[in-house]
Amino acid sequence: MKNSRIILSGKTKNMLADNMVPIIFIAFTLLGFAVARGVPMSFFLTELSGRFYRNGFLVLSLIIPVVAGLGLNFGIVVGAMSAQLALIIVRYFFIEGFGGLLLCFAISTPIAAFFGYLTGKLYNKTRGQEMIASLIVGFFANGIYQFLLLFAVGVIIPVPATHPMIKTDGVGVRMTVDMGSLKYSLESVLEVSFVWAVLVVSILYLAYMLCKYLRAKQMPLAVSGGKYSFVGMAALVLCIAISLISIITNNSLMTVKRIPVLTIALIAMLAVFTKLIMKTKLGQDFRSIGQSQHIAQTNGIDVDKTRIIAVIISTVLAAWGQLIYLQNMGTLNTYGAHNQIGMFSVAALLVGGASVSKATVKHAFAGTLLFNSMFIMSPEIGQALFGQAILGEYFRTFMVYGVIGLALGLYVWNANRKAGLTLDPDTVETRTSI
Amino acid sequence: MSESVAERHTADASAKKIGLPTIIIGIFFLIVLIAALIIRLPMPVLISDLLRRFGMNGLLVLAMVPSIQSGTGPNFALPIGIVCGLLTIVSGIEFGLVGIWLILFACIAGTALAIAAGYLYGKLLNSIKGAEMMIATYTGFSIVALMSLVWLMVPFASKKMGWLMGTGLRETIQLDAVGADSIINKFLMFTIFGIKVPTGLLLVFFVFCILMWLFFKTKTGIAIMAGGINPRYAQASGLNTDKYRIIANIISTVLAALGIILFSQSYGYAQLYLAPLNMAFPAVAAILIGGATASRASVSNVIIGVFLFQGLLTTSMPVANQLFIGTDLSEIIRMVIQNGIILYALTQVKGVAKQ
Repeated sequence: MKNSRIILSGKTKNMLADNMVPIIFIAFTLLGFAVARGVPMSFFLTELSGRFYRNGFLVLSLIIPVVAGLGLNFGIVVGAMSAQLALIIVRYFFIEGFGGLLLCFAISTPIAAFFGYLTGKLYNKTRGQEMIASLIVGFFANGIYQFLLLFAVGVIIPVPATHPMIKTDGVGVRMTVDMGSLKYSLESVLEVSFVWAVLVVSILYLAYMLCKYLRAKQMPLAVSGGKYSFVGMAALVLCIAISLISIITNNSLMTVKRIPVLTIALIAMLAVFTKLIMKTKLGQDFRSIGQSQHIAQTNGIDVDKTRIIAVIISTVLAAWGQLIYLQNMGTLNTYGAHNQIGMFSVAALLVGGASVSKATVKHAFAGTLLFNSMFIMSPEIGQALFGQAILGEYFRTFMVYGVIGLALGLYVWNANRKAGLTLDPDTVETRTSI
Repeated sequence: MSESVAERHTADASAKKIGLPTIIIGIFFLIVLIAALIIRLPMPVLISDLLRRFGMNGLLVLAMVPSIQSGTGPNFALPIGIVCGLLTIVSGIEFGLVGIWLILFACIAGTALAIAAGYLYGKLLNSIKGAEMMIATYTGFSIVALMSLVWLMVPFASKKMGWLMGTGLRETIQLDAVGADSIINKFLMFTIFGIKVPTGLLLVFFVFCILMWLFFKTKTGIAIMAGGINPRYAQASGLNTDKYRIIANIISTVLAALGIILFSQSYGYAQLYLAPLNMAFPAVAAILIGGATASRASVSNVIIGVFLFQGLLTTSMPVANQLFIGTDLSEIIRMVIQNGIILYALTQVKGVAKQ
């Protein structure tokens, strides 16, 4: 397929078209720096890194369903709600601190797995329409969630009206739940200076790349892709230089928020897990049902079960991601914290260059960074160009919806064009090459 | 989607039977009504409210019929037509129009605008066949967000719409300030047993229902239906299915534009910014409750569906408030029913089977 497209149009043109969404976002962020003069780099990096720790895990939780052919799982809000239920249970008994957070993880896992199982069942019944089903199931689950917390708590489950978490009339959980010392409980375990971390990581990675390069030089067959690693190495050297300069001159970059090592470690572990699981039997099954459910079925893979497993994993991971998100936020907005999670995470993944059928860890990381850069910059641009920050906020809402719509539209359009589709997808028999 | 003609007849026959969702919601509605009687809620007020909400939501639900019949699924991109209607209302106010002239202007200009928008939207749908519902949803969302920027930046000077300071339009624009509040509702309105009957509103809705019913008897209507039931067969018989899909979606978009004008004048406010964002979902749910599926719908589905869904929502709020003081159960009921019914319909879609 790739060959025919390259013949169709020039390779560079093709690359531009394929990466249109990321390019728009990079251009937009650069525009932000150009017009909004008042944005210091240290503020930008603090905001961006903070958002990365908050959202990275959630975005990664979307990858497995994409590989398994379920498309973008907007249903991760179900996982987020499970996490919030767990958190509310834990806070109801006034449990705090790092232990409390671990308890949240433990309680949220079975809840999320159960709802993930139900969601997976539903996706199997709405085959071919999983994405719209996942969007609607989020809205539906929100109704159930509100029923539980606004009505069942107090009317069906007796709770004391004097509890600080319960509304004064004794029915329902309050709009915001104080998280006590669960706040930053993951982050406060170990934090290191941002610039020092950049320095150390860059040096280590540079050393690793140099080793690899030197070894490759001994084997002349493996020189392909050498250009890439040179660009990477140059970037690393630049990072080292910048961090050295700021450490010596103690400039504003030193004020960038410190890095929460544990959060980063969790995100890294999930990234490694996502990569490793693809090498297992289960991961291979995900891949093959993602490519063709029919062929997978004839090869003896239990397609329905594998799809459900993919959704359960995604939902549980989303629950954990939401816990990481919430302990960073510090307060739980009981009825609002989960609503935008699915939409924003999907948009971030798509911005990174992922599509309905292809997503990698790289897409998730690049997307989280690019998407959040846009998010930080758009109120600044609105302020600078039109004197209204609210304009930027509406603009970024537009970007979220627009990116998802555009990415989905381009994907289907390309797929239909490739298939030479003239009528419905199930009526296509003669697959003509373009 | 590749049903034979014989299957089509059985499908028509089974559509005549009352579906499971209709029965469930119907029973639920009855229970709530009985509860309302038992706790002695003022029935005339309740029924007046029901009639008003039935009429004001009707056209938005009717807009689902052509798109479903043409095979593009329920029109999740209803906000496209809605913003067309809103745009012409605020333009009319800016031009200084009042009363019925404002509504007439909005209807005519809104129709023109919606034809153009619906044409483009139909073109879009034709290039993304197979994923219409999802992309329609996000097209609608994007348009609403884009129009939010327009509402914020549009250089209108009318004092009735702007903020006290700064540029841009208010989030809700009162229509009684321009004499257009309930102007259609009040036409020939009468009161019987204490029930206020908004004759004009109901009249408009039923006229459009009859027109829609007649439309599907015409050659174009039948061609749209044929394309929806079996596109390959329709294509083979020489019909340009793409063209009919576009026509159907133009009609749907126009109805959405007219629908929001009818809705706004009855509600008394034109709601801008993010208000239209989720307006498609209740409309989709209503027609599904009426017995439609994602690929078959009729005018009777619309009438039954709007009546049951809006009736349930209207009555459940005061009943729930009486029974469980201090809880907002009706909003929860709306969320669960509305999205539950859409999910149910999605499980019935004969989608792309295991590829």
